[in-house]
Amino acid sequence: MQRRLTGSANDPRIKARYRREARFKAYSITALLVAFGIIIGFFADIIGQGYTAFWQHEIRVTLDYNERAERIGRFAIDEDLRDVVSRGAVRGIPLEMRNNPELAGTTREAWVPVYSRIDQYFKGNETLADDLAARVESLRDEGVIRSSFNWIFFTSGDSKLPEMAGIFSAVVGSLLVLMVTLAIAFPIGVMSAIYLEEFAPDNRLTQAIEVNINNLAAVPSIIFGLLGLAVFINTFGVPRSSALVGGLTLALMTLPIIIISTRAALRAVPDPIRLGAFAMGCSRWQVVRDHVLPLSLPGILTGTIIGLAQAMGETAPLIIVGMIAYIPDAPGGIFDAATVLPAQIFTWASEPRQAFQERTGAGIMVLLAVLLTLNATAVLLRRRFERRW
Amino acid sequence: MAVLAPLGLLAYRLGRGKAVNTIASGVRMHSRPQQYGWYSVVWMGLPALGVALLAALLSVTGLIAPARELVLVVSVAVALLGLAYGLRAVRPEVRARNALDTVIRLLLLSAALISIVTTISIVLSVLFEAMRFFRAVSVWEFVTGTVWSPGDTFLEAAGRGDEVEEGGSFFGSVPLFAGTFMVTAIAMATALPIGLLSAIFMSEYASRRQRSFAKPVLEILAGIPTVVYGFFAAVTVTPLVVNAANFFGLDASYSNILSPGIVMGIMIIPFISSLSDDVINSIPQSLREGAYALGTTHSETIKQVILPAALPGIISAFLLGVSRALGETMIVVMAAGVRPNLTWNPLEDMTTVTVNIVYSLTGDQAFDSPMTLAAFALGLVLFIVTLMLNLVSTYLVRRFKQKYD
Repeated sequence: MQRRLTGSANDPRIKARYRREARFKAYSITALLVAFGIIIGFFADIIGQGYTAFWQHEIRVTLDYNERAERIGRFAIDEDLRDVVSRGAVRGIPLEMRNNPELAGTTREAWVPVYSRIDQYFKGNETLADDLAARVESLRDEGVIRSSFNWIFFTSGDSKLPEMAGIFSAVVGSLLVLMVTLAIAFPIGVMSAIYLEEFAPDNRLTQAIEVNINNLAAVPSIIFGLLGLAVFINTFGVPRSSALVGGLTLALMTLPIIIISTRAALRAVPDPIRLGAFAMGCSRWQVVRDHVLPLSLPGILTGTIIGLAQAMGETAPLIIVGMIAYIPDAPGGIFDAATVLPAQIFTWASEPRQAFQERTGAGIMVLLAVLLTLNATAVLLRRRFERRW
Repeated sequence: MAVLAPLGLLAYRLGRGKAVNTIASGVRMHSRPQQYGWYSVVWMGLPALGVALLAALLSVTGLIAPARELVLVVSVAVALLGLAYGLRAVRPEVRARNALDTVIRLLLLSAALISIVTTISIVLSVLFEAMRFFRAVSVWEFVTGTVWSPGDTFLEAAGRGDEVEEGGSFFGSVPLFAGTFMVTAIAMATALPIGLLSAIFMSEYASRRQRSFAKPVLEILAGIPTVVYGFFAAVTVTPLVVNAANFFGLDASYSNILSPGIVMGIMIIPFISSLSDDVINSIPQSLREGAYALGTTHSETIKQVILPAALPGIISAFLLGVSRALGETMIVVMAAGVRPNLTWNPLEDMTTVTVNIVYSLTGDQAFDSPMTLAAFALGLVLFIVTLMLNLVSTYLVRRFKQKYD
C-alpha cells in the first residue's frame, strides 16, 4: 500500500520522511531475509556434514575359514589386506565358525567394509601414509574396493568402530520411549481436556488446574529430567536408563501440549451441536462421546502428533535419567537400558574422529526427516479435516 | 488386571441381560440396558481396582509388602461382591445413567488433577534435595560466592577428603548464573531484532501470500531439536566465530560463549516473530486508520502507534524467549565451556547453570553427594526464575487481550 503525503514533493522534510519510510521497510525485509538465509545455511551445513555417511567403501575379500581364524577372525583374510579391512567386519568369524562347524576348511567371497580411516581417505577427509594410500588407490582401480550404500548405518547399533556404527538400536529405543509416552500422555491428556472443557464448573480448583497446565508447558525440559531422577528412579525404583523411565519423563512434558491442543479442538465444536444433543435427552457424557469427540478428533490427533514430535527431539531430560548409555544391541523391552536417536547424536557429536562427525550429520538428517514428516502429517491432517462452522 | 477384563465383560453381559429381560417383561426402566451393563461393570471393577492400587502403593512405600497371591484373591473376591451388588441394583428405579455420568466425571477430574500432582512433585522433589544441599552449604555462600569448584568434593566422596585443604569445595553459584545471563543476553540480542522486524514485515508490509509462506518457514526453526542446534553451534558456528575474532586480531576460545548464544538466538527467532506477529495483527484497524488520517507514513504509524500499543504483547514474547534461553541445555552443553569463569568477554569460555546440572548428574557420583545435590539446588533456582517469567508474561498477554477484545 503506497501512501502519498500531501504537500510539495520537493519539501526536504517530506523527502526525508519518505527516505525514512523506505529505510524502515528495507530493515524489516532484511531481517526476514537474514532469517531465511540462516535456515538455508543451516540445512546446507547439516546435509553437507552428513550426506557422505550414507555411502561407505567396502572391499571384496576371500574369507578363508582356517584353523587360526577360529581363534582370531583377522586370520581369515589374506595377509596384505588385513590392515585395509575393518576389524569389526571379521570380529564375528570365530563365533560363526563355532556355530557352523561345517564351514571349517572352506572359503567364501564377500564384500566387507574397509577400515574407517581408508573410507575417510577416499572421501577426502583424512590423509594416509603414502604407501598405504598408493595400495588402496590401486585396489580401487582394480575394482576390489568399491563405494556402496551404507546399510550398516541403518541395521546395526552403536559401535566403537565408526564403520560398524549405526542408528538401529537408537531408533528402536526412540520407538519404545514414544510408545510409553503416547500410552500415558494421550489418554490422560485427552481426559483432562474433556474435563476442563466440558465438565468442569468454574471454581477455584478448575482455575488452579488451568494455571498449572499453562505453566507446566513452559517449564524448562531439564527440570523434568530432575523430576524423573528424583521421583521415578529414586523413589519408585524404575530402572535407570530404561525406555520406561524416559517415556514417563517425556509423558509429563507432552501432557500439557496434548491438553492445550485438545481443549482448542473441543472449543472449536460449536455449541448448537451440544445443545441439540442435550435436547434429545443425552447425558453430558453421551454428548461428549457421540458428538463432540468425533468432531474434534482430527484436531486432537494433530496436537498429539506435534507433541510426540517434540518429545522425539528431546535430549536433556533423557540424559539426566541416564539414557546416554553405550547400547550396541537394540533393547528388547521397556525395562532394558536404551538410548534414543537424539542422545545417540549427542554421543557421536562428542567423538573427535571425523568418521563419527559424518555419522552425526547423517543421524541428524534422519531425525530431521522423521520430524518434518510428522509435522507435515499434522498440518495435512488439519487441512484435510478442518471444518469451518 | 488381566483377570478383571473378562470379569468386566461378564458383568456387562449380565447387567445388560437383566435389564433387557426386565424391559421384555413390560417394565419401563429409567436408563438404557447398556447403561445398566456399564453400571454393573463399575460396581465390580472400581472397588477391586482400588484394592489392587492400595496394595501396589503399600508395597512401593515399603510399609507392608502383601503377597501377590493374597492381593489377587482379595481383589477378585471384592470384584465378585461388587458384581453381586451391582446386579442386584439393576432395577427400574435405579438411575444408572446419572450414576455413570458421575463416575465418568470423577474419572476425568482425576486425570486433570495429574497435572497438579506433577507440579507439586516437581516442587517437592527438587525442593527436598535442594534442602539437603543447603544443610551442607549456606544459602548465602551459594547466592554470593564467586568460586564454583565442586571438584574437590569429588575427592571427599572418594574417601580422600583429608587430601583436600580446609574449605576446599566451593559452591558459589555467581559464575554459573553470570554465564547463563551472558548466553541469554546474546541470544536475545540476536533474536529480538530479527524476530521483531520479521514480524513487522509479515504483519504490516507482506501480502497475504507472502505471509502464509514466511510464517510456517520461520516456524521450522522452532521444530528443530536442540541437540541439532548444539551440533551446529559446536561444529560450524564456533570455528566461524574464532576465525572472525582472529581476523580482527582478537583471541577467542574454542568453547566461547558467543556462538552458543547466537545459535540459541536463532532457535528463539520463531517464538518472538510468531507471538509478535499475532499481537500486531490483533491491534484494531481503527488505530492505523486514525494515524493515517493524521498524515503519518506507514513506518511512522508502526513506530509511534502500533508498536507502543503492542508493547505488552511484545514484552511477553520477549520474556517467554528469555525463559526458553535460561533453561536451554543441549546447545550450551555441546558448545559452551565447563570452566566457571566470571568475565564480561563473550569470546572467553563460560559455563552455565544447565551445563553444571548435566555434568553433575551424568557422572558416577552417589546420589547424595553434595555435587549431585547442588544440581537440584541449581534446578530449583532455574524453576523459580522461569516460573516467574512465565507468570508475568501470561499476565501481560491477558491484560493486552482485555484491552482490545
